[in-house]
Amino acid sequence: MKVSSEARLDILTRINRATGGQQPALERMPVLPSSRPRADIVAQFAEYAAEYRAHVQTVTESEVPGVLALLLAGKRVLVPGGLPAAWLAPLNTTPDAGQSHAELSSFGAVLTTCAAAIAETGTVVLDHGPGQGRRALTLIPDQHVCIVRADQVVDSVPEAVAALQAAITAGRPLTWISGPSATSDIELSRVEGVHGPRRLNILLIDSA
Amino acid sequence: MSAGGLHPSQPFPDAARETLADAQMRRNLRHAAGTIREKRLRAVAEVANWEDIRTQGASIKDTVLGNLAEHLLELEASVKRRGGQVHWARDAGEAQRLVADLVAAQGVSEVIKVKSISTDEIELNAALEARGIHATETDLAELIVQLAEDRPSHILVPAIHKNRAEIRELFRHKLGADLLTDDPAVLAEAARVYLREKFLTTKVAISGANFAIADTGTVCIVESEGNGRMCLTLPDVLISVMGIEKVLPSWADIAPFMQLLPRSSTAERMNPYTSFWSGITPGDGPQHFHLILLDNGRTDVLADKVGRETLRCIRCSACLNVCPVYERAGGHAYGSVYPGPIGAILTPQLLQLEDENANSLPWASSLCGACYDACPVKINIPEILIYLRGQITPHKTPNAESIAMKTAAWIFNEPHRFEGAIKLAHTGQGPLVQHGAIRALPGMLGGWTSSRNLPPFPKQSFRELWRRENEGEQ
Ligand code: SF4
Repeated sequence: MKVSSEARLDILTRINRATGGQQPALERMPVLPSSRPRADIVAQFAEYAAEYRAHVQTVTESEVPGVLALLLAGKRVLVPGGLPAAWLAPLNTTPDAGQSHAELSSFGAVLTTCAAAIAETGTVVLDHGPGQGRRALTLIPDQHVCIVRADQVVDSVPEAVAALQAAITAGRPLTWISGPSATSDIELSRVEGVHGPRRLNILLIDSA
Repeated sequence: MSAGGLHPSQPFPDAARETLADAQMRRNLRHAAGTIREKRLRAVAEVANWEDIRTQGASIKDTVLGNLAEHLLELEASVKRRGGQVHWARDAGEAQRLVADLVAAQGVSEVIKVKSISTDEIELNAALEARGIHATETDLAELIVQLAEDRPSHILVPAIHKNRAEIRELFRHKLGADLLTDDPAVLAEAARVYLREKFLTTKVAISGANFAIADTGTVCIVESEGNGRMCLTLPDVLISVMGIEKVLPSWADIAPFMQLLPRSSTAERMNPYTSFWSGITPGDGPQHFHLILLDNGRTDVLADKVGRETLRCIRCSACLNVCPVYERAGGHAYGSVYPGPIGAILTPQLLQLEDENANSLPWASSLCGACYDACPVKINIPEILIYLRGQITPHKTPNAESIAMKTAAWIFNEPHRFEGAIKLAHTGQGPLVQHGAIRALPGMLGGWTSSRNLPPFPKQSFRELWRRENEGEQ
């Protein structure tokens, strides 16, 4: 577009005139690895995620299929590729095969893993790699069950950002989720689930 | 009322007189600001190195601003590499045309929008409407404001001036929703049903951007309701309008801002949803992405060495919530999409100090400094307010106030003049003192005593007392 390229030149010229000469250098804060015991970090993640009204259950690896069967009984469950077959065996699952958005609406729940979790905020992060699927999957069905391994939990936001560098460099989208969707727009009273899933279950696999 | 924009339609004192008369709004606002203020202090106290993070946030922004052209060019290249397109807009009109042309090229007349102040700033909705394109706001509060044909009164909670009963009435009227109660959950459900249909069927979405990462081409939207994720994920075409100051150098630089922003704005440890995307992802989300880089006065702010730090702002709204003037006057009194302390410095600067109404805004402050303490990127708002007052005053012809202030400065500058003035005041105050207090000053000084009493000037000034005591000792 011609106008846009003129505009581009104009804006860049104006910026250079405005900033000419000074080039402040940036000193970044180093990301210090957390010194807290692992158990405290994992426990805080569970506590803070629950404060955001996520339903958090700590389980062992072998308990996962049984807990999922209880949690998702009677529901049509949408699943991305890359989940262990053992988890899915007791469930009524449908693999994501590029269904339309309207078709995704007919599922009661979606099951995924995550890329990382953050203790100081109670956040799970999806990088939409294997086991997490495209973004629409965890957005349209009303319930999202997310499996977090304890070793994926980092203490702080800067640690999580560092852990996600590879996914970002690869151009993958990220979705950070802290509890189910919520609004406080009406007289500041919190209401869950305006548009995203109304229910978020976190199964925290802690094998220790 | 208009859909927003930068230009106040009247000077702040006149607008404030109107809003002060709205008791309901003031009640809502006092409740809201008070609640968020307390929560914010708790959320901030949890972070041990909060001050260091603030410093880091401020210095990342300063670095970006000092090198803005380079970062924008890198962002442009990265977004293109990821399959997106980048456009540049010098002003609101150019940005409006760009968006409208992109929408028209899709052959559609409906778009959905994620709450974005930059699109309010350029009055995008009205411009699209003029081209036969209807934009639906999908943020609950923005939807309320849009349905009410009202204007946002707060950056973060735009409908904070409306209560649940008003919203229920509105939904009944405009959405045809037959609502049994005015419970917020019921109201939110009505919006969910109404908007779900739009999310699933609309082809083009428009958003702003909270941050954009130069070296990876990653754009970020921070939100709560999931309407953002819906708009950023389901439509085929995504158009994002971003102020040129929103760019960050590298992915690592997002860390301080993801700590500063949620705790400063909604006083949460983290907002429910944050989306990051880089250009397009095949098979996932929009397959066409346009990023519009908006100047609209920002390069003028950048060129001003003192005013420049205004561009650090991450639109968290912490300064609004702590501001005694905002709390009483309300967001509408500022007459622009940027209310509160940040609006008082940003709006007049974006308009190059040439808008008479906007030029009243730097006086809409008690200079108490609460905004500076709260600002996560340490923008020295009081200092910029005073600076702008100085920049603006020379344009004005002298009035009684400016003469009084000049006289005061002349008196205070020299000790002997000051002492003389005090003596004179003691002698001259006689007829004004009643029951040990000055209750009504004459002339324009009467404004000072209309709501408070002034203690009379003492017989002897502190300076005199001091001199006598010290001389007595020697
Ligand atoms: S000026 Fe500071 S406190 Fe105010 S909105 Fe901007 S970043 Fe937040």
